[in-house]
Amino acid sequence: MRRALAALSCGILFGVGLTLSQMVQPDKVLAFLDVAGSWDPSLALVMGGALLVTAVFLPRIRARGHAVLNGFLYLSSKKKVTARLLAGAGLFGIGWGLCGYCPGPAISALVLNPREAVWTLAGILVGFAIVHLLFERPDKARTAPGL
Amino acid sequence: MNQFTPVAALSGGLLIGCSAVLLFWLLGRIAGISGILFGALEQAREGGTWRLWFLAGLLLGPLLMRAGHVISFVPRQDFPLWALVAGGILVGAGTRLGSGCTSGHGVCGLGLRSRRSLAATMTFMLMGMLTVYVVRHVAGVLP
Repeated sequence: MRRALAALSCGILFGVGLTLSQMVQPDKVLAFLDVAGSWDPSLALVMGGALLVTAVFLPRIRARGHAVLNGFLYLSSKKKVTARLLAGAGLFGIGWGLCGYCPGPAISALVLNPREAVWTLAGILVGFAIVHLLFERPDKARTAPGL
Repeated sequence: MNQFTPVAALSGGLLIGCSAVLLFWLLGRIAGISGILFGALEQAREGGTWRLWFLAGLLLGPLLMRAGHVISFVPRQDFPLWALVAGGILVGAGTRLGSGCTSGHGVCGLGLRSRRSLAATMTFMLMGMLTVYVVRHVAGVLP
């Protein structure tokens, strides 16, 4: 119960942040990526603002070694920069540049612009399925997301 | 639409950072949306249904802001369907292969000073910019 409430609150905070910063507006995202056009640097400040907070607090929590409600910190054990990581990030960048949505805004945009977001989100799920079926064996332990 | 909005961007970013810190502090989880979405679908073996609650919040956040008239949102229209779908497929496949997206690598991983996240973030930023350059200024196929 407390965990569900914590996760819900974090989700709401994240969704409000995405909306306020206009990350949910793909035109805004594409204007940031369009360095050769009328470049809008706003989104650099979104990541910058988020990093101000995470760079200070996440390492301290990691140093503490445990979470308040779960006990355990779920961190990736991967350390190496691999070809797979770079290929994946590259494909993600191409997709991001095509549609203007990364996964968080694609979900939040279901509320704000559902006619677009359903298509991109459907695409994301297809992309997940392709990689999962081709590269991730079902018996293999799942990797921690995000790192 | 496309003017510099530093205050909204910075305050939105700070909120996103706070969300990521709270999630790690309380549940010990990295706020990487691609991983959360995939894990929710894969029926998380460990950790219960926290992912579904987080995703519900991701929908509730903008809903509350619109209901409270905090934002005026003008939805993009008539964007080519092929770009929405193809973009989505590449985003899904890429974040799965590359173990994360803007939030997991860009917000959390960089905050934890992960070399993998730095490499991933520089790569997807660069490829995103290159893609927009090509489709807008070279091929001229997308607005």
